Amino acid sequence: MSKPADPGPACPAVAVRLDGITKHFGEVVALHEVSLHVRRGELMTLLGPSGCGKTTLLNIVAGFLAPDAGEIAIASARVTDLPTYRREIGMTFQNYALFPHMSVASNVGYGLRARRVDKSEIAGRVAAALDLVKLTGLEDRKPRQLSGGQQQRVALARALVVRPKVLLLDEPFSALDRNLRGAMQVELREIQRKLDVTTIFVTHDQSEALSLSDRIAVMTEGRIRQLGSPDDVYRRPADRFVASFVGDVNVLRARLERRDGRTATVVLGAAHVTVPSGPLDGAAPGAEVDLFVRPEDLRIADGDTAVVAYGVVAAQVYQGGHVDLHVESPQLASTRVLLRIPGQSAITRWPVGTRVDLALATEEAVAFI
Amino acid sequence: MPRLSLQRLPRLFGALVVGAILGFLLLPAIVVALAAFNGRAILSFPPDTWSLRWFVKALAYEDFRAGFRNGLIVTACASLIALVIGAAFAFVLDRYEFRFKRSLETVLLSPLVIAHFTVGLGFLILAAQLGVARGYAVVIACHVVLVLPFVLRSVYVSLRNLDRRFELAAASLGASPGRVLATITLPLLLPGLVSGWLFAAILSFNEFTASLFVTAQRTQTLPVAMYNYVREYADPSMAAISVIYIVATAALLTIATVFLGLGKVLSVEQTR
Repeated sequence: MSKPADPGPACPAVAVRLDGITKHFGEVVALHEVSLHVRRGELMTLLGPSGCGKTTLLNIVAGFLAPDAGEIAIASARVTDLPTYRREIGMTFQNYALFPHMSVASNVGYGLRARRVDKSEIAGRVAAALDLVKLTGLEDRKPRQLSGGQQQRVALARALVVRPKVLLLDEPFSALDRNLRGAMQVELREIQRKLDVTTIFVTHDQSEALSLSDRIAVMTEGRIRQLGSPDDVYRRPADRFVASFVGDVNVLRARLERRDGRTATVVLGAAHVTVPSGPLDGAAPGAEVDLFVRPEDLRIADGDTAVVAYGVVAAQVYQGGHVDLHVESPQLASTRVLLRIPGQSAITRWPVGTRVDLALATEEAVAFI
Repeated sequence: MPRLSLQRLPRLFGALVVGAILGFLLLPAIVVALAAFNGRAILSFPPDTWSLRWFVKALAYEDFRAGFRNGLIVTACASLIALVIGAAFAFVLDRYEFRFKRSLETVLLSPLVIAHFTVGLGFLILAAQLGVARGYAVVIACHVVLVLPFVLRSVYVSLRNLDRRFELAAASLGASPGRVLATITLPLLLPGLVSGWLFAAILSFNEFTASLFVTAQRTQTLPVAMYNYVREYADPSMAAISVIYIVATAALLTIATVFLGLGKVLSVEQTR
């Protein structure tokens, strides 16, 4: 999964090519032969826990760090040995890194002045960029006079105004509060689509990754563990790490019934579940396997369907749009099983202590040995 | 009520101690300042008659005027040279890793532990050995050595506190290293550079011990001129020139604080 098919060296559909990138910090291997092809206009997310190498990879694309081995190409041109300022990138930083001694307009125009663009043209492009991020009228403010969200917009305008070949975003929303974050995410996605700018986005927030990305590269310990669409990564995780890092998941005790080619059938109580057979290579029929089931893929049985196990409601967590039920079911798992029930009725229907029958709301899942 | 005053006692005592310490700090300056206004030709405290004539005399005294001029020349040159060298070394120490980095730092800061007396004597011997006349060059070189550690420290600390991401952001926007230095690094370092330079200037202008060795009649700085004066005369013009000295330095510092205060506001950021 970590090595996509080679589309050829001059393929115009690839905006950023990373081939066999390796980076050590002393004894620590930060990146291990990472290859990644980012398509033109795509929003590619590097997702992983802190220390997984995602920021190191971004810094290598930016040219802040040099890889020990491997090649980088931006827009079909090899840039491995090119310094940052000649890579024609745009980047935003976690703390925005707005120049404190310059006004908003000077910040946004900085890249154009560095490129020796005509003064009259600079004024027009700065105004357009500020209009794009809805900051018109704040040209003369200093960064410290702006709110976090406004600073974020200035940083974005500053990076976009130079028409970069690739936009690099380093945890852009981590400093914003929750409400603002959601709004900024939607806005970023709109702007990114409108300008059709290739974007590499680094985050450790899996819900952010799922909602924003065209594709996600899930990283851990210096490797890409899975590369795929948000749905791929969420519905068809390649391994245990991806399954448990992206979204909430229940790990349930199940039994392998049979394998037929690319799929396999797993039995959980009275239910039969189809899973990809790849991760179960080497398991014989009858073997115990771990079935990974999302909280929304479990439900309380109505007497009609195949019950997988019974359990006792141990806790209810009201979440507004849905209710999380924590159910003790020793048959299924040693820890509590999490169910996500839409609406609020679960609160009154299944109070704490109720004995419930659990059923699956899906016929597909993934299982690992 | 008595309980209340008992509780206040420690605070009152504290205030007294602080007041005493502050008074002690200012005492020499106050004594000298009052002595400068003495009507009679003796250095005494407190004076019994009052006059401004010693100020007039001090300002008119040719050795003091020459010393002031020489001091300004030496200070201007030495502090500027020290600023350039110190800032350059601060950059090297902050940005690069190399063998003997610690040793380089130790050597650069060593004038802090070597007595001014020794530095002055060293330059005197060197100048004599090399047959160099005791002109401005020797005095300036000597002062550069003495004030360099202070400039280095000041710029180094500012560099340490500078968020590298400003420079990275500028580079990502297409600015060449030279452009980053001119438009980002130096403007953001300005407060550190100015305070380092100011420190160097004040130290150089007030430096006496080493200057005594390396100056000649033609190049003597104000402190040396004052010393030579006090060896022969004991009238209050010494005190008067001291007062002028204090007022001038204080004025310089006040201007700098206003300016630096502004600089700090400009570079305030780092929200996290």
